[in-house]
Parts: sequence; C-alpha cells; structure tokens
Amino acid sequence: MHFARSWRQQAANLRLVGSQCTSCKKISFPERIRCTQCGSTELKDHRLSGRGTIFTVTRVFEAPRGFGSQVPYFAALVELEEGPIICAMLTDVDQKDASVGDKVTMVTRRIIAHGDDGPIIYAYKFTPELEG
Amino acid sequence: MKPTRAVGVIGYGGYIPRYRIDAAEVDRVWRGSGRKEGQSFKAVPGPDEDTTTIAIQAARNAMDMASIDPNELRAVWFGTESKPYAVKPTSTIVADAIGALPHANAADWEFACKPGTEAMQAAIGMVGSEMARYAMCGGADTAQAKPGDVLEYTTGAGGAAFILGPGQESVAVLQASTSYVTNTTDFFRREGQEYPNHGQRFTGEPAYFHHIRSSVTQLMEDIGAGPGDFTFAVFHQPNSQFPLRVAAELGFARDRVEPFVLTNMVGNTYSGAAMLGFAKALDIASPGDRILLASYGSGAGSDAFSYEVTDNIIEARKRGVPIERYLRRTKSVDYAMYARYRGKLRPN
Repeated sequence: MHFARSWRQQAANLRLVGSQCTSCKKISFPERIRCTQCGSTELKDHRLSGRGTIFTVTRVFEAPRGFGSQVPYFAALVELEEGPIICAMLTDVDQKDASVGDKVTMVTRRIIAHGDDGPIIYAYKFTPELEG
Repeated sequence: MKPTRAVGVIGYGGYIPRYRIDAAEVDRVWRGSGRKEGQSFKAVPGPDEDTTTIAIQAARNAMDMASIDPNELRAVWFGTESKPYAVKPTSTIVADAIGALPHANAADWEFACKPGTEAMQAAIGMVGSEMARYAMCGGADTAQAKPGDVLEYTTGAGGAAFILGPGQESVAVLQASTSYVTNTTDFFRREGQEYPNHGQRFTGEPAYFHHIRSSVTQLMEDIGAGPGDFTFAVFHQPNSQFPLRVAAELGFARDRVEPFVLTNMVGNTYSGAAMLGFAKALDIASPGDRILLASYGSGAGSDAFSYEVTDNIIEARKRGVPIERYLRRTKSVDYAMYARYRGKLRPN
C-alpha cells in the first residue's frame, strides 16, 4: 500500500493542481520544483481547468496488474487548454468518440483499488464533453 | 421548522452514470420471461464508478452553478448507504475534490434512503444560525440488491448535491421543513452484509406511505398550505408507483408529480432518489413556484420541505448541468456486463 505516495499526489489526482512559473508564466503538470522553460524555482500552485483535446489515443487490452477489471480501456495523451499534455485514461467513451482532436473533460474516477481491504485511489480520467 | 434567518439553495447539481439495464433483461435472467411492464430501466455505475465518484461530480456541478469560493463552504455532508469505505469518510474525498478543505466540516450521513435530506436540514440550521455562510449537502448511492431479488429490478445509481446559503442569494428559499420518524424496521442491511433485506409488502403502508403522509401533512399544517399551493411535488421514489400513489392520497395532481419520478429511467437511487427529483424540478421551475420535497428512509422516517423559487434561478441555471442531459446520455448493457460492472464477476 502506498499511503504516503497517494496522499502526496491527491491535489494533482483530485483537482489537477500543477504549477505556474511566477517568472515566465509557463504552466506545468504535474507540479514542478523548477520551471522547465526558464529554470526559475519560483513556482506557485495552479489548478487546471480540466478541459482539453485528445492528442493521441490507444486502446489497452492487456492491462497492468490491478487494472484488469477495466479492460478494454482507452489511454490517451490529453492536451489541456492551458498547454500541458498529460497521460490519462478515458472513460464513458465509445470508439467513435475517442479520436485525435476530440474535446474531453476531466472527471474523478476509481483508478485502482488495492485488493478488497486496501485503499482506493481516486484520480483524474477524461470523458467526452456532455452533449447540450 | 425554519431558521430565523432566510436560507435557501444557492446551487445544485446531479449526476447519473451512463449505463442502463432494462428490467426485462433482469427478468430474462432470473425468471426466464423477459416480461416488460412499460419502459423500465435503471442506471448502472461503470467499472470505475462508485458513490464517491457520483458525489464528486454532483458536487462539482453544484459548485459551478453556485459560483462561490469553495473555501467559503463550512460543511460538506453526503448521505449514502453504499459507502466505498466502511471506515473513512466519503465526504472528505468529495470536499478535497472541490477544494473545500481544510476549514470545513465533512461527514457521511446514514438513514437508509434519506440521509441527504437530513444533511439538508442540518445545513439549513448551520447557515440559518450564521455558523456558516455556505454548506453543502447531498445524497448518492450505487444501490445494492441481491441477485434475483425483486429489488434488483429497480436498484439504480446516481446522486445530487445542494449548496445552502443566505436567502437573498438563493434560487429557492426554504419556507419550512418537518421530520417524522419512528422505530419501524422495514428494510435494513446488517453490518458486514453485502445486500439489504426488506419486508416486502411491509415496506409500503406502515413504512413509506405512513411516514410520508405524516411529514407532508404536518408541513402543510405548519405553513397553512394545501396541495394546490404547490406547483410541483417530489417524493422519494423506490419505484414508479409509490410516489404517484402517495401524491394522490395527499391530494396532489398527478401532472405536478410525475415529471420528477425518474425511477423508470434510472431506477431507485436510494439516497439520491428524492434529491435528483428535486434537482429536476428546479431545472424547470419558474420564479414564484413552490416546490414540495419529501424524502423517505427505512428505519424509518420522512423529511419534508417547502421551497419557493426565486428570480435567481434564471441566471443560475445557465451555469448548471440539467438533469435531463444525464437522462439522455445512455448506453445499454446486458445482464452479463451489468454483473461485471457491479463487481459480481471478477477477473483473476
């Protein structure tokens, strides 16, 4: 069980909190201690909107241990509207809605549960925007 | 009951998973007939959904409508009877996900299907006493039922969240609330058991009907109103018949009630049921409308509320997500996929 690691990642997992450089304004996700653009160490927390588009996507049939109950699932690189590209699972999605360029929104889902008696990790996934 | 300071709902939101199973499919598996008594579907949580994820999405939708700083919430209270953790609050996860921590009270409430409206009464008291400017309450469930039990035809999944705040900021201002509670064992789940037990026909007259009739009758007496004074009425909905029957017994016209009986589309969402119906009523209400909300929880009790809709609803709804969108977003699954998604089948 990874109590400490999941606890440290909660802000990113549940609220998409990354970093913004106070010097050059570059936004990063996950959180950084040094700006990847200008090298500054003056960064502040920045909560991302959770809106983005699919940069690239694949379908996973052979999942890592612990993810078997979710196969087949889509894994994607999602380009957030603030700039960062993050790796995430897609959920509530059909093949026709999982194409490069499709708009997606962040939701919070169960990522993995460590057995029947271990902690449940909740984190971000992305889903097609709800039709109006 | 009502606080001395005007209090109301300043934002609300709901969430319903997209998967649906037809009751006829449940019947095909367990009775072999596939009989169909009208259209009847229930919402099924996806393999990565549970009560916590449902509550989080409902809470986010409510926050978007309320458009307040989450740090101003002093309480995040969710009611459920399907907690993912037996010990560890769901509400802390919800509160963290919307950014309301750490200076907030967070707790899970339990009273079969009515903990959400209990939390609503407490939130009204907290805001009404000026202990808090805003407080969130809600109800959500992934309703459990023994495979093959009559409950399995209707047990759905969904939830709703409401943010209570000062009357002048409200989309619907509370007029009064009542509770009617007795020690009546009609439906229960013992510690460590996976599925609930119910008293079949006993869940009707001495339980659901008696308690709702009592709470609503008391509420109407308290505020000097009759059924005709309410534009809409929302009742707890374990099935599609009970709310229509209790409405008729109390004198409410069917067309004021039926649009908010969602059971045929999403099933009985337990703690979410009456609250989702209330959200649906707020979605279509006009300023000046009066809405009755009456929950029911086995064990047993009913909370009743009278709200009056304000002009604020027009602008607030532009920031929200109508329940109708989740009702329209559906994907059918058969019993095998339902069994897998509900964890009744497990991979190696």
